[in-house]
Amino acid sequence: MTIWMELVVQTAFSYIGTIAFAIMINIPRRALNACGICGMMGWLTFWLLYRVGSGRMVANVLGSLILGIMGLYFARKKKMPAILFNIPGIVPLVPGATAYQAVYEMVLGSVNKAIIYSVRILLVAGGIAVGFMLTSLLSEIMTKIRQHRMTIK
Amino acid sequence: MRDARTMVAEMASERNRLVIDTCLLAGRIMIESGSEMYRVEDTITRIARNAGIDNSVVYTTPTGLFFSIKGAAVSELRQITSRTINLEKVQQVNTLSRQFADKKISLRKLHDTLEHIDQNTLSFPIWLQWIAAMVVSAMMMILFVGVYDWADFVITGIIGGCGFLANYYINIWTRVKFLSELIASLIVGTLAVLAVRFHLGLDMNNVLIGGIMPLVPGVPLTNSLRDMFAGHLLTGSMRALEAILTACAIGAGIGLVFRIFF
Repeated sequence: MTIWMELVVQTAFSYIGTIAFAIMINIPRRALNACGICGMMGWLTFWLLYRVGSGRMVANVLGSLILGIMGLYFARKKKMPAILFNIPGIVPLVPGATAYQAVYEMVLGSVNKAIIYSVRILLVAGGIAVGFMLTSLLSEIMTKIRQHRMTIK
Repeated sequence: MRDARTMVAEMASERNRLVIDTCLLAGRIMIESGSEMYRVEDTITRIARNAGIDNSVVYTTPTGLFFSIKGAAVSELRQITSRTINLEKVQQVNTLSRQFADKKISLRKLHDTLEHIDQNTLSFPIWLQWIAAMVVSAMMMILFVGVYDWADFVITGIIGGCGFLANYYINIWTRVKFLSELIASLIVGTLAVLAVRFHLGLDMNNVLIGGIMPLVPGVPLTNSLRDMFAGHLLTGSMRALEAILTACAIGAGIGLVFRIFF
């Protein structure tokens, strides 16, 4: 498969997959499209960075950072809580497959591998959380700057 | 004279009671629907302030919340028994709180509408959620596995949908959330093994990764870490524990399948 074909598949599948998950957790209808775009941007950031060899952690942190920024943008634009766009959006990023592998190895008795996978789950989840923390830091800085400008005027 | 004074005091306490009830109701709906804790506390404090109570104190945990007014001899608590993710409710409470802040609705109306939200959940029909679960399973399998395993695409979707339906219907019968997840993952595992035996699927690992996607607690786990980083240590650790228990239930289900069939 060529790289462009892969890009198309990854884009389309992350968009549709995020929207499908959003339906499962009952997102308001008018937020669905924005959710899909958030999830797609987050996953594409992760995937492209991972493809060029940035490693799991950097890709996850930056992916969730982009996702969080998109969530903030849509929250301002649509006047809805940002959590509406963030929760479905992180679904492609969360370590579901790794969790499965950890359980698989644990059941088969290879505890060493199971521990390696479990640590990876924690690191990835932590990376996503750090990405969101950076987002909230960014939003606080933006609010401060806006208030500062208002007071000067 | 004295009667009039007691009447005024009674009216004030009546209103206080309504404010407290409204705040606790809003908080309970939000926590039950999986909102972040800082948003719950923020919303409750805002409602109280807009209703004329500036010195409110609120303390939230995932299993119960307390509300009291500083200096007044009133404090109430509510228990929270179910914790799901239903962001439509969070959004509705948020909108109502904004409307109340803009003085578009009265306190009584806010209270009644919140009760209405609590009981009549607007949700997507179950068939649509089922299709969504199938789509999630199939799409996420392709994204996660990374080898474009088109042969297992359809069967993964069908098995994921079966797991979701099993979880949904067993959840109606039993109050124990972990039991329904265990049985659902047992069903997913059995179906995956059978599908590979009967050559409907090629790689059992890929089918399983996709099939358990609607069940795995990736989102609660990440959210619990976010709560912890935000300083809500109690909420974060409780939600993390819940996510880990869910993961263990799913792991036990899949593990049983491996032990039975291999």
